[in-house]
Amino acid sequence: MEIAATRNKKTDAKPAKLGREVQARLGQQLRAMYDDVVDQGVPDRFVELLNRLDLNGKDKH
Amino acid sequence: MPMDESVRKAVLGAVPSLRAFAISLCGNVDRADDLVQETMLRALANIDSFHPGTNMSAWLFTILRNHFRSEYRKRRREVEDGEGRYADTLKTQPEQHGHVEFREFREALAQLPADQREALILVGASGFSYEEAANICGCAVGTIKSRVNRARTRLAEMLSIDNAAEFGPDEQTRAVLAGGERS
Repeated sequence: MEIAATRNKKTDAKPAKLGREVQARLGQQLRAMYDDVVDQGVPDRFVELLNRLDLNGKDKH
Repeated sequence: MPMDESVRKAVLGAVPSLRAFAISLCGNVDRADDLVQETMLRALANIDSFHPGTNMSAWLFTILRNHFRSEYRKRRREVEDGEGRYADTLKTQPEQHGHVEFREFREALAQLPADQREALILVGASGFSYEEAANICGCAVGTIKSRVNRARTRLAEMLSIDNAAEFGPDEQTRAVLAGGERS
């Protein structure tokens, strides 16, 4: 059902068709906000957590 | 559990985007990090149910999303204030959300219904396809599409960037016409 629907084709009566430019700007802001966190990388607590789990696993075997 | 090196790598590699997703969902860095940690524990405890060769990141996102949803429902039953909660969290702890520049956007995002917010983030920021997002959220592809559309429309309204397109050419031209200082 999602076949021939081109990106611009919005037949829904209510939601106004967002211009490409608007979509692009929303997308940029969304990604900027998201990437701001992604760029922080992996906080130590998560590396330590995996190390602990890994050790536990090894101890048991 | 002896950890497979490839599993370890894949899980660690997914952490940055899991965090970004979790922060977008719950609006609080500390809670988001707890969510990520719980997700990792669950994932590793259930690593046998992961199908090698499929998308590890999508699998982890699914776990995080489901965990968040069940926690959210629990809390919601405890504190009967549902929708306003996320927005309130943002307002009371602005310093936790990093750069000020995203504040307005985050606040607008916080006003969206949870369904729309997660759909928009998965597709628009995490880079999942509509199909993958539908799998993660356990709904139909069409549902994801309409949630994403509604989310975009709503955000554009709230951030007042819906007018730009209606005015035509582009923002720069308008700025010039309006005597703006952009060159």
